This record gives sequence, structure tokens and C-alpha cells, in this order.
Amino acid sequence: MNVTLSINGRYHTLDIDPRTSLLDACRDHLALTGSKKGCDHGQCGACTMLVNGRRINSCLTLAVMHENDTITTVEGLGTAENLHPMQAAFVEHDGYQCGYCTPGQIVSAVGMLGEIGDGWPSHVTKDIKTGTELSGDEIRERMSGNLCRCSAYPNIVDAIETAAGKTKEPA
Amino acid sequence: MDETRIQDRSGAGEPSIAELGERPPTHERAIKGGVHTKRIHDSGVKHVSGAARYVDDEPELPGTLQIYIAMSEKAHARIVSLDVSKVRDVPGVACVLTANDIPGQNDYSPVFGDDPIFPQTSGPEALVQYVGQPIFAVAAETIDLARRAAKLAIVEYEELPAAITIEQALAAAGEAGHDLLDPHEMRIGDVDAALEGAPHRVLGRVAVGGQDHFYLEGQIAYSIPLEDGDVLVRSSTQHPSEVQHNVAKMLGVPDHAVTVEVRRMGGGFGGKESQPALFAAVTALAAVKTGRPVKCRLDRDDDMEMTGKRHEVTINYAVGFSGNGRIAAGDFSHLVRCGYSRDLSAAIADRAMFHADNAYSLPAARILSRRLKTHTVSNTAFRGFGGPQGMVGIERVMDRIAFETGIDPLDVRKVNLYPSFDSDRAPGVTPYHMPVTDSIIAELVEELEVTSGYRARREAIRQFNAQSPVLKKGLALTPVKFGISFTTSHLNQAGALVHVYKDGSVHLNHGGTEMGQGLFVKVAQVVAEEFQIDIEKVKITATTTAKVPNTSATAASSGSDLNGMAAQAAARTIKNRLIDYACGRYHVPEEQVVFAANRVLIGNEEKRFADLVGEAYLARISLSSTGFYATPDIHYDRESASGQPFYYFAYGAACSEVVIDMLTGEYKLLRADILHDCGTSLNPAIDRGQIEGGFIQGMGWLTMEELWWDDKGRLKTHAPSTYKIPTANDRPDDLRIAIWEKGENRSDTIYRSKAVGEPPFMLAISVFSALTDAVIAAGDGKAFPDLDAPATPERVLKAVEGVRG
Repeated sequence: MNVTLSINGRYHTLDIDPRTSLLDACRDHLALTGSKKGCDHGQCGACTMLVNGRRINSCLTLAVMHENDTITTVEGLGTAENLHPMQAAFVEHDGYQCGYCTPGQIVSAVGMLGEIGDGWPSHVTKDIKTGTELSGDEIRERMSGNLCRCSAYPNIVDAIETAAGKTKEPA
Repeated sequence: MDETRIQDRSGAGEPSIAELGERPPTHERAIKGGVHTKRIHDSGVKHVSGAARYVDDEPELPGTLQIYIAMSEKAHARIVSLDVSKVRDVPGVACVLTANDIPGQNDYSPVFGDDPIFPQTSGPEALVQYVGQPIFAVAAETIDLARRAAKLAIVEYEELPAAITIEQALAAAGEAGHDLLDPHEMRIGDVDAALEGAPHRVLGRVAVGGQDHFYLEGQIAYSIPLEDGDVLVRSSTQHPSEVQHNVAKMLGVPDHAVTVEVRRMGGGFGGKESQPALFAAVTALAAVKTGRPVKCRLDRDDDMEMTGKRHEVTINYAVGFSGNGRIAAGDFSHLVRCGYSRDLSAAIADRAMFHADNAYSLPAARILSRRLKTHTVSNTAFRGFGGPQGMVGIERVMDRIAFETGIDPLDVRKVNLYPSFDSDRAPGVTPYHMPVTDSIIAELVEELEVTSGYRARREAIRQFNAQSPVLKKGLALTPVKFGISFTTSHLNQAGALVHVYKDGSVHLNHGGTEMGQGLFVKVAQVVAEEFQIDIEKVKITATTTAKVPNTSATAASSGSDLNGMAAQAAARTIKNRLIDYACGRYHVPEEQVVFAANRVLIGNEEKRFADLVGEAYLARISLSSTGFYATPDIHYDRESASGQPFYYFAYGAACSEVVIDMLTGEYKLLRADILHDCGTSLNPAIDRGQIEGGFIQGMGWLTMEELWWDDKGRLKTHAPSTYKIPTANDRPDDLRIAIWEKGENRSDTIYRSKAVGEPPFMLAISVFSALTDAVIAAGDGKAFPDLDAPATPERVLKAVEGVRG
């Protein structure tokens, strides 16, 4: 069936099987291969995209469900010549090793900062009435859905703190 | 990049040398990206922008087929019949592959010839030996179609008795009269007499679980058929040469008919050493049969069920020691669960033995290793390659001696460490008769003891535990000594290929593969340093068997040591040709040709590197060279279990503090201090990443990653939903990592650096020992816990209940 998707500021009309996941639509039909397929189960986070600014496991959602949504993939955040601050912070802090989880980490981190900004509480939020403060604990808790087998976590957390304006010198 | 003035057939006639030097050299003090600098990973910007291409990201050629591999549902069974006719009839299925379709050898094993690509469909070899073993493959227009078509196959099994656990494997080995591989023994001194004569003796056992690699990029191969029946395979592999050889032998063609290429992997950790050959072989077979490009990209669950893991090992120990904790003799036996085939288990089980002493000098020792067959997936290489399992044994012994003597565990460890290379004492000798002549472990441990505040924290923890009824803390400081070299000596060789183009830019290729560890940037740093040019002038290129042949796996932490040396040799050859040219052209002695940052000083003149290269090209000097390196001075005689299998040792130590909840068994790593020896680090930023990542991955292995098979041999932890690897939340809140500043390799390695891929993994044993310490505290120090690994909350709770009686 035909579906029109708004991805990274451009409209794409695709003729796809209605069972095609948003991830496969991007990877297999639009050559947007930045988002990775790590587990295809919504458990590793490598496929994370932003849908209307909220992070989502794109392997667990069908492309046809997102006709009227605004979708952002890692390619839409910034390019090599013009990196998004989160991407730049990951480079500054070596927030990766093999790089396979990195696009998902970065997109997830951008979405996560939005959630904190909007006051969404998490499991480690001390007092949900007084709002949510950005802290290492909050970042680690909220990023725990993005697996990194190289365990570059210390640098990932540092990079996110830097991008969030909490300046931290690279180790 | 500078433009070159040199054009072929430009019509401008022969360019003169004077024309080349029209721009003066710049005068930087140092090049960008030389050795010992914190250069970022070469793919960093591509990683963060999604532009880094992995095999699955390369555009697929038109007509590409997708492969689904059908797997055995039985742990051990005879295949009575296999009917795939209905699968073949499904529209969109291009071919179905069984053992009958293989023109050459039906085997993808690295050494022993016992890993069939598919089982035979009839006769005595129509046998499956683990749940998940490939039986046949379907190549179809889409993966969904291939998967659905495969379900139409009819497989009739006749089940046979299966050994799943180590206990069952022991019983089966007893019945069969042999193990999967012959036992091996290392021995030094008179162990029985020393045990007999020791003032104290204890016996014990510790079981250590396996580990799934969980590389975020699963196994994948993409084969493109070429003319003459040749094939190009893009494989996510640490060992392109072995994949090449296995594909060729399966097709029944010479190695030269197969080219294997890999730009980067999304993680390897050992899981892409021998395993990728299967997927490469299946795609190559389908590509040759259909004439179409073929991809096989494993689903995560299929990957976890089908591919090998870290070896589970049970270690029995008997140790004799004196009142101050000094060991007189250690007797270890390793029961190694190898799975159904031999794979790399001989070398892995050997490396467990090579590290049964860890950093401790044992006056008398015996290490017996039995390699057992189970009807489970064939276990394989994983970061540390058996070394970590060996070390857990002796570290458990240290904790046990401390418990028995009442001496602080750190003091027991210290009294047993190998003497320093510069001490008055004779060097210690390993159980394989190799003198340890480069030990710095005593000094390193001493330094970490101070910087981690060990003694004060020990006292604080004692006080905390005395007044805390439910939460108990534990502390441990453990050392690591890890042998560097492939213990199979001939593998310690590497090749490189360096081209200098006439514009002064450089193309670098070598046999090592990039899996995130930063090998490519380190080797590029070496080449940049050699030519004294900025690292941006060095192009890093994909590993391919067509450029550098007969390579060893990027494994055993050896990547930078071997390939760095080979690339340096290649660069030196070209550099020497440039020097010879300059000496002849400008009539200066050799010592007056000096490569400085991006320029070359020739007598009183200086010119840009690119201009000297241009001149040399016009003078018809070859600007391309291979380089080769073979590690010197290593040998090992397996018959006598003695020799010098390692070129040197890498050292490190970690101090971990944990807190456990006695009511639930849950725990938290509160703080970890790490001091690690990278020699003179080639790239401290990259090395630090390896230290952090290795430690956390090791912690995952020893604490939360549990592989669980049911009694039918079905792996029930085959996805991240049931198999838990560390997340951002599992790293300790307080993680303090330092690279040992005094580090310098006593062996002549590339810029005196040390290998760093595997050694830090074993720093995580400090977490396991700290948990043991906390459980002892939970029992008020009255009993020593039988805590096995992984020390999941369930196991910790059970151990707590055990020590509380």
C-alpha cells in the first residue's frame, strides 16, 4: 500500500507491505541506514528514532501508522559537516567504540533530554512533585534502554551531560 | 588534500622538479595524530552521523536474495529423513541448500574439520548435535518468504541421549572412554610433596558460567558472484583469511577464487573469529548456484541459538599454604564445556591453564584440563580466550586463603605476587616454565592500594558492616597479568600494504580488522609518525584478502602489536627509498635527510613531503611496499608443556566496592578504581575506552549474564529480554580509571606500547571477589561462601543463606 512519511524534513511516498516496520521502511526503502537493527525486538535501542520529538523503537512500530507524524532519524539530526550538539559531544567524549549502537544512543539522548525538560519523572526521580532535574542518575536510568556492548557508557553519559550544558572535560 | 602538478599525458611535457616546489613547507612543531596522542577514533564522525557503513548498510545489488537458515530442534538426534520439496515449490524461493549441494568440503571449522555446514541427509553423518544447528538454508526474494517457506520442510528425527551439563558430559566421556579433546597437563615442582608438607591445606570448587558475545551487529555475510565462478564476500569477521579459506574449500576452488572484505564490525569480542565462516559459506554457495548476490543476516534469537559462546568451566582446587598466606603448592583441574565440536577449544582451554597462576608465583603447581563434549553449541573465542576462567580459579583461592588465615585478602595476594623485574629476587617461573622477567605487578598494586584508599576503606567497611543489619559491603583489590601472543606460535605474523600516491597522500591497508577497538586509527598513527605527515593524509581502508594475504585473526589482543609493526615496516621501506633518492639527487649523507612535521630537511634545504614524493615519482622510484612482521623469541612445546609462549605480559589491577542486600541478594557496585598498564600507550583515549569497556563487559560476565539451557538442551536466554548485559545504569557511580604512567614495555613492541584489548576484562574479577567478601560479612565471617559465577542476585541470596546456616 502507499504511505507518505515525513522524515528528516522531507516527504517520501512509499509502496510497502503494510506490515513493514518503520525501521525497515527507512533502511530498506529509503537508504536511511543510520538507524540499526540490533535485536528487532525493541530491547536494544539501536533503532531509536524520534516521532514528533518522542523517542521510539522503530523496529516495533509499523510505518503505515506514522502518516501524519514528523519522524527524525540520526541522519536528520546533523551531518558530518554540521553536527548536532549531541553528535558533537559524542565525538568529543569518544562516546562509542564499534559505533553500531551510536545512532540509537544519540537519538535516544536527544529525546531523553526533551522528556526531562518536559518534567517527565523516571524510576529514580526523587520527588515527582518538584519536577525532574538532570543528573547522572537520571541519564543512566533513562538511557538504560540503549545497550552498548562495547560498554562505552562512561563516555556516553559524559557526552550527554556536555550536550545538556553540564560542561565536563573529556577524560 | 594538495593538488598534484603531475599529470599523465598532460600535454605540458615533463614537469620539472622546480615546478613541484612552488609552495614552501609549513613549519608545524608536530604532526597531527602522531603516536602517543589522544587521537579520536577514525570513524567517530561517521558513527555519530549514521554514515559509517556496516555490511547490512551497503546498498544491495539488484536481484539480491535473502537467506534463512533452518535449525535443529533436537540436541542430539539422527536425521531419519529431510524433505524440503515443499520448500522448493514456494514461489519466490530461488534455491534450497542442503549438504547434498556442497561441491567441496562440508565443513566451516577453523582447525579440526568437525563443523559441518549442514548435516548429511542420510547415512551415519545425518546427525544433529545441538538445538540450533543449521540443517538447511533457503534463499528467497525476501527474508520473510524464506523463513515461511522453511517451515514447510519435514524433518524426522530419531532422538539420541544428549549431554547438556558438565556433569552429564563427564558421565558421557566416561562411557565413551575419551574426552572431546585429549586432556592436557602443566606441572612445575613436586606438587604432591609440597601439598603434603604445607602447614595448611584447603580444597574447593568454583563454577564459572559462559557468556554470549551479544555484538550489537549480528552475524552477517553478503556474497557477490564474479566471473570464473569466483566470489566476493563481505563478511562481518575478525578473520577474513579463514573465512576465505573456508568458503574456498566448501566450493572446492583455490583460495584465490574467493575475496573476503570487511570495513568494520559492529562488535566482535571473539564471536566473529571462527563463527562467520558458516554464513559466508552459505551465502557464497547460494550465490554461485543462482548467479545472484546473496545476503544472510541473522535474526538476534537465531544468532544466540546458533553461534558459540564463552566456555563454561568448573574449577576444582587444592592448595597448600603457610600461616602468612604464601602458597606452597596449587593443584587445579579445569572441566571445560566445549559444546559439540572442537572449534578453538584446545587453544582456549590451554589459555585458561596459562592463566591459572594469574599474577602469582607458585613454587609447585599442577594444572589439569579436560575438554568435554556437550550437545550444545560449540563454544568459541571470547575476549580473554579462556584466560578469565583460569584466573577466577586462583583469585577464589586467594579469597579462600584469606578467610582461612584471617589475613586481609590484599595481603595474601601481595605475598604471592611475581617478583618485580628490578627486584633482588630471582624471577618467578610460571607453571609452563617461563620466567616472568617483566613483572611490575607489585609496584602497580602498591600504587593502587594507596590511590584507592584501600586500607581506610577496609576499616570503614568493617565499621559499616558491624552496624548495618541488612546491607553489607565488600571490598577487593585484584591484579591481572595477561600473556600477550597467540599461543599457537605461527599465528604471530602480520602483513601490511602501504601506497604513497604522487600527491603525497597515503593509502594504508593491513590484515587487522576494525571492530570498534581503534586498531585502524592506531596503525594510521604509526604510519603518520613514520612519514611525519598529518594523520588526515593517511587513508584507512577496508581489510581485504586481495591486498594482504594469509593473515591471522584480529584476536589475542595482538592487533596493534602485529599490524602496527607490519605497517611501520612497509612505511620504512618507502621512506628509505625516499632517503636514498634524496641522498643521490642532492649529494647529502643519509643522516642529513630528516623527516620533520609535514616536511623533509635535506642538507640545508627543506621541502614539503608531497614535493619530495613527486620528485621521487618522476625519478621512477617505487612508492608502494608491503610490510611484514613476525613476533620474535616465542616458542612453546606442548608435549612438555613448557616454553616461552608470550612475548610479554600486560598488567593491571582493580579495586571494587560493592553493597549487597541480605534479604534479596541484590547488589550494587559502588565504586571501582582501576590502574592499568598500557606500556607507553599509542593512544591513551582509545586505550581508556578498552579499559572501561573491558571492565564493564567482564562485570557483566561475572554478575548478570546468565546462559540457561533446559534439560532438552534448548537455550532459553536467547534475546536481550532474557539475557541481561550491562546497561548505562550498571556502570559504577564512581569509576576511577588511570593508565599507569610509568608503563613502558620491556619488550621491543611498536613504540613500547602494550596490548590492551583483553587484559582489562579480567579486572572485573575484583567485583566477584568483593561480592564474596560481602557475603562473608553477611555470615559474620563464620563461613566461606560457595558463590559461583555469574553471581546473580539469586546466587548471592543463596550464598548468604548458606553462610548464615
